[in-house]
Amino acid sequence: MTDISVQLLYLACGAFLLTAVLVVWRRELAAIIRLFALQGVALSGIAAVLAVHERSLEHAVLAAGICALRAVILPQVVRRALPPTGPARETRPLVNVAASLLAVAVLALLAYVVAQPLVQLSPSPVTRAIPVGLTVVLIGFFVLVTRRRAASQVIGFLLIDNGVTAVALLTTAEIPLVVELGVSLDVLLAVLVLQLLAVRMRATFGSTELDELTELRD
Amino acid sequence: MTTTVLVVLPALIPVTGAVGYAVFGWRRATRWLGPAAAAALLATSIVLAAHVTREGSSATLGGLVRVDSLSAYMLIVIGAVAMLATSATPSYLDTEIRAKRATARTAARHNLLVQAFLTAMVAVVLAANLGALWVGVEATTIVTAFLVGHRRTRAAVEAAWKYVVIGSVGIAVAFLGVVLLNYASLHAGDAGLDWRALGDTAANLDPGVTRIAVALLIIGFGTKVGLAPLHAWLPDAHGQAPAPVSALMSGVLLAVAFYAILRVKVIADAALGVEFTRTLLAVLALATLVVAASLLLAQRDYKRMLAYSSMEHMGLIALGTAAGTQVAVTAVLLHILGHGLVKAVVFLGAGRVQQTTGSSLIEDVRGLVARQPLLAGCFGLGVLALVAMPPFSLFASGLGVVRAGYATGLGWATTAALVLVLVIGAALLTHTARMLLGAPREGPGTPGLVSPLPATTAVALVAGLGACAVIGIAPGPLAGLLEAAAALVGAS
Repeated sequence: MTDISVQLLYLACGAFLLTAVLVVWRRELAAIIRLFALQGVALSGIAAVLAVHERSLEHAVLAAGICALRAVILPQVVRRALPPTGPARETRPLVNVAASLLAVAVLALLAYVVAQPLVQLSPSPVTRAIPVGLTVVLIGFFVLVTRRRAASQVIGFLLIDNGVTAVALLTTAEIPLVVELGVSLDVLLAVLVLQLLAVRMRATFGSTELDELTELRD
Repeated sequence: MTTTVLVVLPALIPVTGAVGYAVFGWRRATRWLGPAAAAALLATSIVLAAHVTREGSSATLGGLVRVDSLSAYMLIVIGAVAMLATSATPSYLDTEIRAKRATARTAARHNLLVQAFLTAMVAVVLAANLGALWVGVEATTIVTAFLVGHRRTRAAVEAAWKYVVIGSVGIAVAFLGVVLLNYASLHAGDAGLDWRALGDTAANLDPGVTRIAVALLIIGFGTKVGLAPLHAWLPDAHGQAPAPVSALMSGVLLAVAFYAILRVKVIADAALGVEFTRTLLAVLALATLVVAASLLLAQRDYKRMLAYSSMEHMGLIALGTAAGTQVAVTAVLLHILGHGLVKAVVFLGAGRVQQTTGSSLIEDVRGLVARQPLLAGCFGLGVLALVAMPPFSLFASGLGVVRAGYATGLGWATTAALVLVLVIGAALLTHTARMLLGAPREGPGTPGLVSPLPATTAVALVAGLGACAVIGIAPGPLAGLLEAAAALVGAS
């Protein structure tokens, strides 16, 4: 791998990680969704650098597909789930900003420890970036369990999914195309289902605060 | 040629059913399309199973579809439980329509989604590679989401939301496992994600990467099985879904997700030795049993009670798989079929109870024996089967799991599981006794005349219990298939 492409790859990975951290930092849903779209661009950047490096048409198509799905379509769908009125912020977050960012740092360390065997299997500039993908997966989990709005939970799920896709790209494993297509379709459908449910939730609960979800308890 | 047709038919039949409901809607002529499709699916599965057993090998189609004795067995489980659930569906939907809780349109959609649900589960079992298998499992979540949330009440929307979020996250974890296993496989040969080839070349897989991948796969697919810690969706979804769908979800969806774990276990055992999956599965099994026992004790809702009982049985199945010998896996597979049949019976019964009493609370159902003896009898026998009373097959398979547990050095775990199972059994029996016995509640609001149990539902309930008892006493031709399937998974 040439120096310049390694630089570009790390730049894309850095942007990918940074957007995830900023999602934890920001509270306005509109800003979070913009950050998520940016993360989709960074992810397609990773795929594009790999496509140029491997001179692979398949990777290039993949990069374009990722860009369309994760930078345009998915953010649009989540935006539609936002309530047209009412506060568009996390008003009562479970964990404050400082503690959240501290937790993210710990999660990043954890991801680096866990990813050691993955890097050692075939050390190269590309695989050394795997921990970045794992960190984003863990950040996604963190967002999912600490946020109360329905839309932010969906973003948490999508962060996990972006992280998994990044790991898939960085392990340079060629997942069969059928699977790749199925995965993208599944994510899109899952998010569409969630969007529809969020609309129904607003119709029956009058809000998309997940704190309202207390009907089913034991 | 015949093999090709046979391998594709199980998926084509429910697709045809779904198209039928999409085109013709819910009317007189299509009422029995669902049960007919399920019957055809069961018949094809049996022919396929006979074919695979006779040929002694697997039937394949391209690199995408493969049927060996384990897949054929799972197809039979899907077909049998689908038979029960779909035969009770027409009368269930008729009652809902009469009560103005459903319309012909929602009934058509219900049947369409159920057929799509069956297609997705069949696809999981037929898939020859872990990636395609994963797509099938995820598809089950998407199709069933609207079945769970069909009532559009607060509780139903909440259940559907939790179901999709937790299910999708769990399955995303499993996908990370698939990605990492693919990575390990890439550096070990050209097996790709084909589970047969992976199992054959597993000794070359890098243990460090494989360990992470297997843990993620088991925890991820375990979400859909209802194993702790990602089990929270299960009681909500089973409680809110329409009864025939609860029957399918509890009876086969959990088992189909567990099938994925069985395939992963084969690869893991060859790459890492049996200890790794044994420890992981035993821990998950015990955690699941603890959750089920603690939440069953003070349970007030009988559909949720049945849901926690499903978690208990999945815990037992996981424990048997942790033991992992061929005898243990035979017991596990028999348990899957027995649990599927009985759980379908009790969920269909519970659905009928809910329709006639208008409540899913245990305290609102009193003296069921006096009012609806046949329904109460089937429900009571079903719960007895769930607490592993002979002659039902859950007795034989439960005993098999426990003996295998003690034989493989899982003594402590098995003893703990036994204690928990006893607690769960006692709780189930107490709750059920409160529903069945006692004087019927008098006073305003009590329906005076109870409509009799529809004949088709009655047949489904009795047939399910009968089948479970028969395979408990004499598995007959099933024994050969069970043995062949267990030999694929079980360590010697």
